[in-house]
Amino acid sequence: MTRLIEVRGLTKVFGSGPNAFKALRGVDFDVESGDFVAVMGSSGSGKSTMMNILGCLDTPSTGSYRFLGHPVERLTQDQRALLRRRYIGFVFQGFNLLARTSALENVELPLLYRGESRAARHKGAMAALDRVGLTAWAKHTPSELSGGQQQRVAIARALVTEPQVLLADEPTGNLDSERSVEIMQLLSALNRDGGISIVMVTHEAEMAAYAHTIVRFKDGLVLAIEQREESIRVRN
Amino acid sequence: MFGTSLLLALKEIRRHKLRSFLTTLGIIIGVASVVTMVSLGNGATQSVQEQVSSLGTNLLTIRPGSGFGRGGGARPAFFDLDDVEAVRTQIAGLRIVAPQTSAQATAIYEAQNWSTTVAGTTNGYFHASNLELAAGRIFSDAELAAGKSVCVIGETVRANLFRNAESLGKSLRLNDVSCRIIGVLEKRGQGGFGQDTDDQVVMPLKTAMRRLTGNQDVQTILIAVDQQFDSAAIGDAITSLLRERRHLRHGMEDDFRIFDSKQLSDTLSGTTRTLTMFLGAVAAVSLVVGGIGIMNIMLVSVTERTREIGIRLAIGAVRREVLMQFLIEAVTLSAIGGLIGLVVSFVATLLIAMAVDLPFTFDFGIAALAFVFSALVGILFGYVPAKRAASLNPIEALRHE
Repeated sequence: MTRLIEVRGLTKVFGSGPNAFKALRGVDFDVESGDFVAVMGSSGSGKSTMMNILGCLDTPSTGSYRFLGHPVERLTQDQRALLRRRYIGFVFQGFNLLARTSALENVELPLLYRGESRAARHKGAMAALDRVGLTAWAKHTPSELSGGQQQRVAIARALVTEPQVLLADEPTGNLDSERSVEIMQLLSALNRDGGISIVMVTHEAEMAAYAHTIVRFKDGLVLAIEQREESIRVRN
Repeated sequence: MFGTSLLLALKEIRRHKLRSFLTTLGIIIGVASVVTMVSLGNGATQSVQEQVSSLGTNLLTIRPGSGFGRGGGARPAFFDLDDVEAVRTQIAGLRIVAPQTSAQATAIYEAQNWSTTVAGTTNGYFHASNLELAAGRIFSDAELAAGKSVCVIGETVRANLFRNAESLGKSLRLNDVSCRIIGVLEKRGQGGFGQDTDDQVVMPLKTAMRRLTGNQDVQTILIAVDQQFDSAAIGDAITSLLRERRHLRHGMEDDFRIFDSKQLSDTLSGTTRTLTMFLGAVAAVSLVVGGIGIMNIMLVSVTERTREIGIRLAIGAVRREVLMQFLIEAVTLSAIGGLIGLVVSFVATLLIAMAVDLPFTFDFGIAALAFVFSALVGILFGYVPAKRAASLNPIEALRHE
């Protein structure tokens, strides 16, 4: 396995002087290619800060972050945007789809930024919607879709660029348990069959049970890393 | 990248039709008012020029006195036929020289009477003033030479004395003089300048001098200048000739005035042109206000769409692309507003021109200028909101509710 993400001695301080808040206080953390990692921890443990740094939305105060061997902290803002565009897919708790925009157009958006042609955008987006089982809903806008369907559109949008890693920030946080299971099974299948690495923040043990590795955060430090022998099998 | 941003901007405008329309309303009104004002102003200028030229092109009218108003002081002497002859023979480039004398008279036919102006002149008067006949003929050389009692009457005089009856060949009385009607002038309508040519009776110069005014005074010399000659230069030549004949020494003011239709036309159209520019400038202010309207809506839109911008940045939009998207949105909105404004102004100009009876002109130059200006307004006022959108922190933007 290639090492996808390698984090060493990562710190993140917000503010300065006496009001400074240390969100991360020296984190070491790896994600192997093809892994499914669940990041757990109570709120304020630094897991969201960690995710923002992994997603190149934020930069660490000190420490190193290598993505596929490249030091990310040396990249410019635009280079980080290009890295996100090419290698990283985001799934958010609040879905974050563009309102009044069809599922298809939402999924096409990353391809639009990559400068793909109209035909290629349509083909790619329909394929991604197919992977999440929503081709029939392509023309619907988010307000016409259920929460579970919206999250699937968001997953399709993250998948459409065929990223190396999917970063999911509490993807089931806004869903009922039945929809949550559906989404987790979808992610699990994508990981197993599609070979997509997944890093998922959650505070629910049932959701973390789908992952192969569980990283527990506490007070800005990694408390424990558990390798799980048996993650939940996806029903075929 | 530009194509992407353009596509995104167009999608965004389509998604918010009402908001987009309201945003562009300011620009629509701005462009429409600028172009309409200027086009109507040009129409008015053209109308003024047409009215002046209907009096006769390149026309010089020479009258005694230092002004056209009835000023105080001794009235300077009228011209005489020798003056007319001197002008005719000594100045080059004159197409027509028509001496004219006039008097007020009451025209009587049977039981009807009508107070009017009698002009005693030559056939050149009709040609120089562009007067056409509705019926009959103008004077023959014999009638002019002999001072026969014949006349050509204007439409107003005809209508008041004859109603629907035939007037040609009838004799009317002017004060004590009886004269036979040989022609009727075509109705011209109120020209707005000079006397009402419909309300007059024209007689041969000799007849008027002998039988109406009783003197040899020439009150007005009407001159049509040949097209190839400069009326101003000829005016100057006539001035020095007449000064000499009237024994005006150096330093004395002219005691006559040369009234140049070309100059009048230039002055009047200069005035309407200034007025047009002034109205256009006032309208241009509304265009700027329209631009501020766009900035306002775009700024609100950036706040409203903070989350959307966060999403775009998270899924890999480069800041430049966000900047371009918002900028292009602003420019597209203002350009569309500009185009709609042009269509509106075209229709408005057409309707108003018809309503107030002005010639319809549409100034494509100012239309192009207003359109370009509206797009520039979009860039100018779109930049601030676009810059703000592009500099948002994606994490905070995503957290924004």
